[in-house]
Amino acid sequence: MIIIVLLISISLIIAIVFLALFWRAVRRGQYDDVVTPSIRMLFEEETDGKITPEEGSKH
Amino acid sequence: METITRTDLCCYHCGQPCGEPFWLDDKPFCCTGCRTVYEILNENGLCTYYTLDKAPGIRQTETDTSIYACLDDANVKARFLEFDSANFARARFIVPSIHCVSCIWLLENLRRLEPGILRSEVNYARKSILIDFNPSQVALSRIAQRMAVLGYAPQINLDAGARKPSAANQQLILKLAVAAFCFGNVMLFSFPEYLGLDAAEFDLKEVFSWLNLALSVPVFLYSGSDYLRSAITAFTQRRINIDVPIAAGLVALMARSTWDIVTASGPGYFDSLTGLVFFLLVGRWFQGKTYESLAFDRDFKSYFPLAVERSDGLNWRPVVVHEIREGDTIRIRNGEIIPSDSRILDDKALIDYSFVTGESEPVSAQAGDLLYAGGRLVGVPVRMMVERKIAQSYLTSLWNNQVFQKDSKDDRSAMDKIATWFTWAVVFIAFATAIGWYIHDSSQVWLNVTAVLIVACPCALALTAPFTYGNMMRVFGRAGFYLKNAQVIERMAKTDAVVFDKTGTVTHGKEMVKFTGILDENEMTWIKGLAACSTHPLSRILYNSLPEIKAMTVDAFAEYEGQGIEGTVAGTPVRVGSDEFTGAQPVATQGSAVFVSIDGTVRGYFTIGTSLRPGIADMIRRLGKRCKGLVSGDSAVGGQLMKGIFPDDADLRFSQSPQDKLDYVRDLQSQGHVVTMVGDGLNDAGALRQCDVGVAVTDDTGVFTPASDGIIKGEMVRNLDVFFALSRSAVKILRAGFIISFLYNTIALSFAVTGLLTPLYAAILMPLSSISVVAFSTLAVRWAGSQKLGGIIQSNAS
Repeated sequence: MIIIVLLISISLIIAIVFLALFWRAVRRGQYDDVVTPSIRMLFEEETDGKITPEEGSKH
Repeated sequence: METITRTDLCCYHCGQPCGEPFWLDDKPFCCTGCRTVYEILNENGLCTYYTLDKAPGIRQTETDTSIYACLDDANVKARFLEFDSANFARARFIVPSIHCVSCIWLLENLRRLEPGILRSEVNYARKSILIDFNPSQVALSRIAQRMAVLGYAPQINLDAGARKPSAANQQLILKLAVAAFCFGNVMLFSFPEYLGLDAAEFDLKEVFSWLNLALSVPVFLYSGSDYLRSAITAFTQRRINIDVPIAAGLVALMARSTWDIVTASGPGYFDSLTGLVFFLLVGRWFQGKTYESLAFDRDFKSYFPLAVERSDGLNWRPVVVHEIREGDTIRIRNGEIIPSDSRILDDKALIDYSFVTGESEPVSAQAGDLLYAGGRLVGVPVRMMVERKIAQSYLTSLWNNQVFQKDSKDDRSAMDKIATWFTWAVVFIAFATAIGWYIHDSSQVWLNVTAVLIVACPCALALTAPFTYGNMMRVFGRAGFYLKNAQVIERMAKTDAVVFDKTGTVTHGKEMVKFTGILDENEMTWIKGLAACSTHPLSRILYNSLPEIKAMTVDAFAEYEGQGIEGTVAGTPVRVGSDEFTGAQPVATQGSAVFVSIDGTVRGYFTIGTSLRPGIADMIRRLGKRCKGLVSGDSAVGGQLMKGIFPDDADLRFSQSPQDKLDYVRDLQSQGHVVTMVGDGLNDAGALRQCDVGVAVTDDTGVFTPASDGIIKGEMVRNLDVFFALSRSAVKILRAGFIISFLYNTIALSFAVTGLLTPLYAAILMPLSSISVVAFSTLAVRWAGSQKLGGIIQSNAS
């Protein structure tokens, strides 16, 4: 039976990791705007200079 | 006769019909402004703008970009900057004219127009843009000017820069996520309990119980914290709201379950506890739907400029309006709003007080006259001496009137009233149970009292309102009527007096101007120039309706009272006025006819008239007795037309100041009426706030949204009676939902009182009641909506 306890603790830890990731995503504002990215991804890439990556943390 | 507008040619930039098109690269443009934008984009290889959406541009108006100079002032700049350093800064602007895919594309490619810009990111829903730039290469004012030239003028007023993404919504999502996570896992760990394990696996059962306890603690303390806090607040204020019985239920669940586990007497009710919080939060999230791009809480600050130019003896320097003091000399330009009561220093000025008084005719002022805050200057720039600080001026005092202070319009909704007697009933039943069991078997008192508190928790009850009203709000929204929050529906259902504003509500906001005759583009501009010199209402309407022009000089201008105006433009005498004045044959028209003669020859006439919105008369008839009257800032012109469509006993009031309108609404309320007012939200802002439901009418939700409880699209005003009927249906559905949840509570209570409530029963009953109530209210509202609004929603979507 000890194996069940072991498996459950592993599954719970994995689930908590996902919860933590979701938490971080929300805190970083990834869900603040859910409209624009869906439009933005349809734009053609016209590279004349690359878009500077998001620097550091927003908050 | 032919009309001069050729509708077959549309501007390549903005899509408006071109009169006499300006051509460039084989593309027609309606004005030089639009052509300039095209040239800029073309030079910079940004013509993708035109391929993403058809004619995406914004028609160019005479934008005075000099107001953005105030962004060089450190205090002003700080309101827009989120981060600032020598080589990197981040600014956030609200840009009301963002409306399509092309807008996003262009604004996100700003860096190709202005080298100092590093990156720009649009938030479409909020109509805001975040710009990273290098302050050593480009000034913020320069960026704003660039955007304004392209037609994307950032909002620069007292209110701007204040709105940031809301943290409250983020918190709710996080709480919901934690509750959902723990609920799912607790259910999983409760399975052995549900299925019944052998005594041999007792150890395992204990592990699961303790895991459930561990998972429930964050749900109770974090996810459910709002309910606990709200209940404590209500308690200290000696009142009862719906959160009190909910919090009592949560505490009872937590205490009892922990007791069960610690004493190893049972598995506890953790699945019920976590499920309860989860469903409650879903309800809250569902109700929290907001229309982010609409501003429901504007006050005078949204109209006032952020900065004005103040003289420091030698130069004009922009200062934040809060900093101007009595005795300062300020300069106001055409179209700007006077921020504070001031005395005029120059000879003459024309002030449009329509925002303050509702009167559309501009007032002329002489040197030394007192000008009130809120007036809009028309014409040449004027210097003035500030008399009172902004906080003490007339308009501010109107807005700071006590009616605007109390934000809650009878916050005690039906919910709280039910909560009060519900709580007392629960307390009574709990006591009765305690006494009953004390006599019968005193060892069972604690167990059964907690069981009563657990099942009495009005979860289903608390879900009924959010889902009924939340769904109804969504139905309304799809039909073009956006509500500030769900409580508005309740007040709408109670409405027994509807008051209308005239301009922009019953009639179209803009006068319809049509020219019959022959005039070329050039001559049109002459008439506009001539009309610019006159303050007569018809001249103003004419001026506003004609295409934009460059400044021109009008010589020998003369105005003849009741007849017309004349002047010499480009060496040609032009007369605009009555048939007699211009020597034309009278014509029979609806509304006013204004004739034009150039160089002595009659060239045709303009017909100017206000037209009713289609379907308004029918709607008012359907409202019947509830339609109480009309309050209009305009003079009684057109009163006859209004008499025709309003019921005989309706109160038609003209020449009403904003204060009069407010008093009228207050009067109706003191007679015991629940008042809904429908207006354009400008000069009736006070009345809209005072009444129980203030509905603002707008023809373009994209650009301007007035302060109100609800914002309705212009063409939807004719369905107002349907919205009222639907809000009454919503209240009926709510009552039915209450009855269902009471039934569940009664059944569950009978279990609890008799001591039969096992964790398994609780785990089945509680989610079942919540889900069935949610399903019922959602389906009922959808059905009512499609019955009454089905066709309207479809026509709105297309």
